[in-house]
Amino acid sequence: MAAVLSAARADAGPLPSEAGAWRRGWRRLRRRRSAMVGLVVVCAFILAALFAPWVAPFDPIETSWSAIRQAPSAEHWFGTDDIGRDVLSRIVWGTRASLLAGVVSVSISIALGVPIGLAAGFAGGFVDALISRITDAFLACPFLILAIALAAFLGPNLTNAMIAIGISATPIFVRLTRGQVINVKVEDYIEAARALGNRPFRIAWRHVLPNILAPVMVQATLAIAAAIIAEASLSFLGLGQQPPAPSWGSMLNTAKNYVDNAPWMAIWPGLAIFLLVLSFNLLGDGLRDALDPRQR
Amino acid sequence: MLEFLIKRIATILPTLVFVSMLIFGLQQLLPGDPAVILAGEEQDPNVIAYLHKKLHLDEPLPIRYGYWVGGVLRGDLGESVRTQQPVLDLVLQKLPVTVELAVLAMLIALAIGIPAGIVSAVGRGTAWDAAANIFALWGLSTPNFWLGILMILLFSVQLGWLPASGYVSPSESLSDNLAAMIMPAFVLGNAIAAVLMRHTRSAMLQVLNADYVRTARAKGLSERVVVLKHSLRNALTPIITLGALEFGTLLSGAVLTEQVFTIPGFGKLIIDAVFNRDYAVVQGVVLVTASAYILLNLLADIAYVAVNPRLRS
Repeated sequence: MAAVLSAARADAGPLPSEAGAWRRGWRRLRRRRSAMVGLVVVCAFILAALFAPWVAPFDPIETSWSAIRQAPSAEHWFGTDDIGRDVLSRIVWGTRASLLAGVVSVSISIALGVPIGLAAGFAGGFVDALISRITDAFLACPFLILAIALAAFLGPNLTNAMIAIGISATPIFVRLTRGQVINVKVEDYIEAARALGNRPFRIAWRHVLPNILAPVMVQATLAIAAAIIAEASLSFLGLGQQPPAPSWGSMLNTAKNYVDNAPWMAIWPGLAIFLLVLSFNLLGDGLRDALDPRQR
Repeated sequence: MLEFLIKRIATILPTLVFVSMLIFGLQQLLPGDPAVILAGEEQDPNVIAYLHKKLHLDEPLPIRYGYWVGGVLRGDLGESVRTQQPVLDLVLQKLPVTVELAVLAMLIALAIGIPAGIVSAVGRGTAWDAAANIFALWGLSTPNFWLGILMILLFSVQLGWLPASGYVSPSESLSDNLAAMIMPAFVLGNAIAAVLMRHTRSAMLQVLNADYVRTARAKGLSERVVVLKHSLRNALTPIITLGALEFGTLLSGAVLTEQVFTIPGFGKLIIDAVFNRDYAVVQGVVLVTASAYILLNLLADIAYVAVNPRLRS
């Protein structure tokens, strides 16, 4: 009886306590100092990306033959690069490529992976077996090597790098969603929703999806960290953002040729990648502890 | 055991089939006629016609796939457009270099990751635990190509202890070979060490609460024996299985590390192939790495069952 009641309530919309669960999660997250540090740093990078034209002291693309490979100074805080561009300004503008790549590619993975995982977990049988084997096949190709191959065949630019990273990271979300669905599927409230005559699609959308959102969100935060490293890696290899547009990975690619006489060209962009990725990892670990205590 | 083997091997067959479809399918992403793209800049009509015939481009897709898989099964991965060498030869030529790098990196990762994981689990909540966790976060958040550049800056440019690049084969001079490989191996092992540390920590925490460990303690055995003999042995099996999964990370990382230290291995091969638009080589490298990964995981699973008598029947 209780199960039927809860299903009827859930049918009328999200349970009132669902918002409460998120609020409790946020309160738990706020208590974790490392997660909050991560959140603050991520927000700082987002602001830098949004207000790049105002934050950056110089034009990131303008070259200056009179200021080639200058060491950090009062004028150029992080020094200048091999063709006289201000390193700080390029890092500020490069934040856009990194954040965009992180968010867009993970959005692609979620948009593909969650519905496919829902279908596999919910349908079971042959559909599940087929999807699982295809997922295995994708997972068997090392992440970056698959992304390199995709970027190579699609053509090297930032958009294709994001598509390549997004597709390469999709199997993780398929697996995660499928596993969660199989766990949730046997719960009483799903059984009740079925007994009330809801169609499978509606059950998946209204009853299963809200219950697997928390682990998907945790995974998404950690995946953004991995995607930012992946974009930087592809750009470092020349398969991401194309010069002269600024990106941290391609800055490091140039910098490695001048490591003996202009080390600042290598230190700062790498530090930016490290800080942003570390912050997303801290935030993701904190979210996992706050939203999903079972996985601890 | 035999039944398990047959079942386990049967599950990898469909995976291998899908991997081959995926890699063959990459070709379809090329805009326009692959023969025109493969013919290079000269666009010689004879070359294009030859490639059309050679790649069976006039046949329907499933038949082309059939030809391709047939070739792969006979060890024919196509040939490089640049050097006209068979792709398999190129891959086999570069393989030992990357395997050496990967093995050294894995040894370094094991030497750092497992002790760090033990220390952090045994001293849970202490400063040691915190230090090990910070190390793991550092390892997971540092792009390895940046770490490589920083190490070159310190050990090659500032201190002058190690060469920044220049691979020497071990048959020429083992000491020069190791001098050239130690930095890349450390850079590559760093991230894996972080993952291994986390796995070791959670496996050890589970085992340390087990009844037989309490019994061992109750018998009055020294903490050293309890931790290293009774706990670690049992924690090690999941670590080995999970470690095998890191092989993919190792290969992905090797591409970047080889690029930083100009090591002529697998990574250099695929990157050069990408820029030369040598698509058969790209496909060959992906195919070989994916197959190696599947086989390694199969071996890890078999080893897992072999050392765990409870799973054998």
